[in-house]
Amino acid sequence: MRRRTVTAVALSTALALGLAACAKAKTDDTTQNTTPAFNAAMGKVFNPSDKKGGTIKFANLGDWDTLDPGETYYGYSWDFLRLYGRSLVMFKPAPGADGLKLVPDLAESLGVPSADAKTWTYKIRQGVKFEDGTPVTSKDVKYAVLRSTDKATFPNGPAYFEQFLNLPAGYQGPYKSKGVDTNSAIETPDENTIVFHLKQPFSGFDYFAMLPQTVPVPEAKDTAAKYKEHVVSSGPYMFEKNEIGKSFSLVRNPNWDQATDPNRKALPDRYEVALNVNADDIDNRLISGDLDVDVVGTGVQPAALGRVLGDPNLKAQADNPTIARLWYTSINPQVKPLDNIDCRKAILYAADRTGYQTAYGGEFSGGQIATTIMPPMIPGYQQFDLYPAGADNKGDVAKAKEALTACGQPNGFETNMAYRAERPREKATAESLQQALARVGIKLTLKPFPQGDYFSQYAGNPPYSRTNKLGLATNGWGADWNDGFGMLSQIVDSRVIRETGGSSNISVRIPQVDQMLDQALAETDVTKREAIWGQIDKRVMEEAVILPGIYAKALLVRGKHLTNVFINESFGYYDYLALGVQ
Amino acid sequence: MVTYIIRRLLATVVLLFFVSAVTFSIFFVVPRIAGSTPETLATRYVGRAATEETVKLTAERLGFYDPVVVQYGRWVKGVVAGTDYDYGAGVEHCPAPCLGYSFITRQPVWPDLLDRMTVTLSLAIGASIIWLLAGVATGVLSALRRGSVFDRAAMGIALGGVSLPIFFTGIVSLVIFSYGLGITAPGGSFTPFTENPAEWAYDLILPWITLAFLFAAAYARLTRAGMLETMNEDYIRTARAKGLKERTVITRHGLRAALTPILTIFGLDVGLLVGGAVLTESTFSLPGLGKYAIDAILNNDLPKVMGVTILAAFFIVIANLIVDLLYAVIDPRVRLG
Repeated sequence: MRRRTVTAVALSTALALGLAACAKAKTDDTTQNTTPAFNAAMGKVFNPSDKKGGTIKFANLGDWDTLDPGETYYGYSWDFLRLYGRSLVMFKPAPGADGLKLVPDLAESLGVPSADAKTWTYKIRQGVKFEDGTPVTSKDVKYAVLRSTDKATFPNGPAYFEQFLNLPAGYQGPYKSKGVDTNSAIETPDENTIVFHLKQPFSGFDYFAMLPQTVPVPEAKDTAAKYKEHVVSSGPYMFEKNEIGKSFSLVRNPNWDQATDPNRKALPDRYEVALNVNADDIDNRLISGDLDVDVVGTGVQPAALGRVLGDPNLKAQADNPTIARLWYTSINPQVKPLDNIDCRKAILYAADRTGYQTAYGGEFSGGQIATTIMPPMIPGYQQFDLYPAGADNKGDVAKAKEALTACGQPNGFETNMAYRAERPREKATAESLQQALARVGIKLTLKPFPQGDYFSQYAGNPPYSRTNKLGLATNGWGADWNDGFGMLSQIVDSRVIRETGGSSNISVRIPQVDQMLDQALAETDVTKREAIWGQIDKRVMEEAVILPGIYAKALLVRGKHLTNVFINESFGYYDYLALGVQ
Repeated sequence: MVTYIIRRLLATVVLLFFVSAVTFSIFFVVPRIAGSTPETLATRYVGRAATEETVKLTAERLGFYDPVVVQYGRWVKGVVAGTDYDYGAGVEHCPAPCLGYSFITRQPVWPDLLDRMTVTLSLAIGASIIWLLAGVATGVLSALRRGSVFDRAAMGIALGGVSLPIFFTGIVSLVIFSYGLGITAPGGSFTPFTENPAEWAYDLILPWITLAFLFAAAYARLTRAGMLETMNEDYIRTARAKGLKERTVITRHGLRAALTPILTIFGLDVGLLVGGAVLTESTFSLPGLGKYAIDAILNNDLPKVMGVTILAAFFIVIANLIVDLLYAVIDPRVRLG
C-alpha cells in the first residue's frame, strides 16, 4: 500500500513538473513563434530570423503565365515579381491587416492626387539602378506603362491603364506608334517625377501604381514578346537562368542598394523555380522538406489534404488563409420567372449553404460560407445575411415557399442551370442546388458548358442565356487587389455586360449600383469610399441576382526550412518577399 | 534493301503531310461546326481583362481571319522554307523546318521539340533496354522452370506490374526511394547526357525502373508463352540430339524463334513511347514530349499540337521501319518488299 502511494505521489509530482516545464517552454516558443502550429503564419511571422544565405526552392504545377511584368496577371506572380522588379508602390510585406496597406516602393511616397483625382504624381527614389548599373528614371516607368497598353503584343495583362489613361486617340503602344506624343497621358517633367493624367477621376490610382506594369523597363533592352526571356531586374535579385516552360533561377543583383529599399531584407542568396511539376509530387516534397514553396498558393491537392488534416504533426505545418475570391451563382433576371424578385429570393432562401461549401471541398479546402459578395478582407466589407438559411445553414424552406407564393409560383417552377464542365466543384455545386431547390418544387436541369467559351458563348452570352433559359449559372471572381473596385467592378457594373458576350457579370443590371460605382471612383476620402463599396454589396444582394457561395480558402503547407513565414493578406498566400532559409 | 528503305522513307513524308492536314482540320473544323468564329477562337489566347479590340487583334495576329487552307499553306511553307515572326519590337527569322510559334508562350516550337525529345528519348531508350532484358530473361527462365516457385512468383509480379498504373507506382516510388530513403533523385530532375552522364543516369534510374516494370511484365509473359511453344518443337529436340550445349539450344534456336512477336511489340512500344510517355513524364515531372503534348492540347495551342503530332507520327513510322528491317535480319525467311 505504502509503496503504491509513494509511487503515485512520485509519478504525479514528476508529471506536474514535466507539464510545468513544457508549458513554460511552449510559452517561450509562442512568443518567438517557432513552434509549428496550425495557422501559425496567419497574422504573425512564423520562425522570424535575419539570417542571410541559402537557396529557396519553389515549384509550380503548371507554367508561369509570363515573367514579363507588363503582362503577368496571376497573384502568385505579382507576389514573386517583387524579387526582381520594383513597382511604384506595393503591398506592405507584413502579416495581418498591415499587409493590406500600400507602401511606396520605387516611389518615395504614395501618389499625390489633384483635387479632381484625375492627375496623380509620384516621385521616384534616387539611387535605384537596373541590374547593369544604369539608373532607373521616370522615363523607364513611363515606357513600361506605355508598352503594356499594346494589347496586340501583350493580350493577357490587366487593361486598367488603357482604360483610364488619357492616351492619344488610336495609340497602339511604343512599337507601332513610335514617336507619338503621349504627354496627355503620362508626363516626366524630370528624371525623378512621373505624372499620370486620367480620362476620368479614379480615387484608387495607387492600386494601379501597385501593378507590375509600373515596374521600370529600359527601352534600349526591350524585346517586346521576347522580353520575358530575360527581364532586366530593378529588384534585389536578377535572372541567372531562364528555360521557359522548365525552370528559372534568380541570384543577387549586385546593383541593388538596400539603402533605397526599406521594404526588402533580401535574405536568401538564390531562388530556384521548377515549372510543370506534378501537383501531387509537389505536396509530397513539401511535406518531406525537399521543396520549400508551392508557388501557386491554391493549396494542397485532395490526396494530401486528408493526410495533412488527419495528422496533427502535418496540420501544425499548415495554414488556412482566406483568399479574396468568391465562388457564387448568378441568378439571371432576364430568364422568366426569375424576372420576378420573389422567385429569385426563393432560390436564395432554399439554397443549401453547407451543401455549397461541401461541393467546393469543405471548410478547409473549399472555403467559408458567404453571405455577401465582398469577402471579409476587402476594406468596406460589412457582415450581413439578407437571406438566413436556418440554424443548420441548409436553407429556410418555409421562407422559400412564402417567396414562391408571392411570385405566383406556389408549386415551384423549372429552369436550367449552367456550369463549367471541366470543373468538378462546379458540377457538385450544381447538383447540390438541384437537390436543395427540389425541396420547394424548383426543378433545375443542369447544363455543362466548356469553360473556354463559357462567358463568350454560353452563360455569359445574353441572347444565348435568354433563348436557352439559363436561369442560374455558376460563377466566381477573384479581386485583382483587395479593394471594392477590384472585387466589384467587373461583376456588378451593368455597363460591362456586352450583348456579344464575354463578361463575368451575368446577372447584375441595377442603374443605382452603376451610379454608386461612379460615386466611389470619384470619392477621394478613403473611409467614405469604403462605405460605398459596402452599400453596393448590400444593394446588389437586395436585388437577389447573386447567390454567394463561399469565400475561397486554401490549405497551404509551410516549407520546413523557411524563416519569416507569414500570409500576406493582400495575396492570400505566403509573402515571398520576406522568406529566408534556416 | 536500299530501294526498299528509300521507298518507305518517301511514303513516310507523304504520311506526315497527311497527318498534319488532318490535325489542322480537326483543330479548325470541329470548333466551326460548334459555331466558333475567329473571335471566339481567339478568346482562348487572351487574358480575362481582354476587350473586344484585344480579341480582334489577337485573331488577326494568329491568322484566324484567313481561310483554313491559307493558314495551312502558311504552316507548310514554314516547315519547308522557314518564316518570319513579328515579336512586337522586331522581326525574327525562323529557319526551316519552322513549325511555328506557340500561341501561348510565343516561343518557337521546333527548338522546344528538339529539347524535349532528348528527355523523352533518354527515358524511352533507358527504360526499353531494361524492360527488354529483364522481361525476356524472366520469361525465358519462367518457361524453362515452368510450374516452379520462381515461375509462379515471376508471373504474379508480372501481373502486378501490368495492373498497377504508373501514376500510382511512380508517386509511391518517389515517396519511398527519393523522399523517404533519399537514394534516388526527386521528381523533376533531368541532366542532359552530354552535361554529365553519371548524373543523367542517376536522375532517370527511378523513372526507368518504374516504366520498365510496367512493360517488363508484359514482355515476360509474352516471352514465356513464346518459349513454351518453341521449346516443344521438333527441331529443338534435334538440336539437343546433335549434342549442342543447352545454352546454345535455348538462345540460338529457342529464343530466336520466339523473338519475332516480341520484336513487333517492342518496335510499336518504343515508337509510341518516344512519341511521348505522357503518364511517366507527368508523374515524374520530366520535361519531355508527352508533357508538352498534354499542355498543348489543354491550352488549344495549335502550333505545339501540330509539332508534337508530326513528331510522334514520325517516330512510330520509323520504329515500324526498323522493326521490319530487323525481321529480315532475324528471320531468313522474310523478304523485304
